Amino acid sequence: MKILYFAWLRQRAGVGEESVSPPPEVVDVGGLMRWLATRSPGHASAFADPAQVRMAVNQDFCGPDHPVHPGDEVAFFPPVTGG
Amino acid sequence: MSVVPTIRVQEAGFDLTAETAALSAGRVDVGGVASFVGLCRADDGLQALVLEHYPGMTERAIARIVEQACQRWPLTGCTVIHRVGRILPGEGIVLVLAASRHRVAALEACAFLIDWLKTGAPFWKREEFAGGGERWVAARAEDEARAQGWDGGSGAAG
Repeated sequence: MKILYFAWLRQRAGVGEESVSPPPEVVDVGGLMRWLATRSPGHASAFADPAQVRMAVNQDFCGPDHPVHPGDEVAFFPPVTGG
Repeated sequence: MSVVPTIRVQEAGFDLTAETAALSAGRVDVGGVASFVGLCRADDGLQALVLEHYPGMTERAIARIVEQACQRWPLTGCTVIHRVGRILPGEGIVLVLAASRHRVAALEACAFLIDWLKTGAPFWKREEFAGGGERWVAARAEDEARAQGWDGGSGAAG
């Protein structure tokens, strides 16, 4: 599973992209987030305030209940600020 | 006739005059072109904005928003150019053009597009200040409310 981080989530996690193999009990994006937060103090800091984290699976915005599967591209980022 | 929009995410600047002319070049059915140009302000001693995006997803999200605008208004053309990378005060950040036979469609579509670009396309702004300080721009609730005010039209969420 490919994980991408953007903006301050990338800075806090200390990585922009990583490949992970979460355990089978990780079935949705929310669960993935909680599991990723255990990878390092930086990851924990990135996910410390879940209300500030937005997500996408395979380049479509989604919520924490969205299922995840091996091979998915999952991205985490703050609320967008373009325009 | 279906609209072939111009959508670009680029580091380089853009030329409002040239992009506007392109929407009516070689045709006589365009009655008006509405434009929005977002500029970088130097608030609080800001020295530069640095814009980050999600390559691939950003272009797709913009295309989806443009598609919504084309379904909602009878446009003859549409252009969205969004810059990324380092942008200095006074420089353009984003260009939105909507062309139609009549002004109302062009003006409304242009407003819809910029409202949804602000909340529905993955871009993030970081501010750099004199002396080395920096901060990420926080999303504004009023921007989200403005986009949702178009009946939740785009189906995107940021």
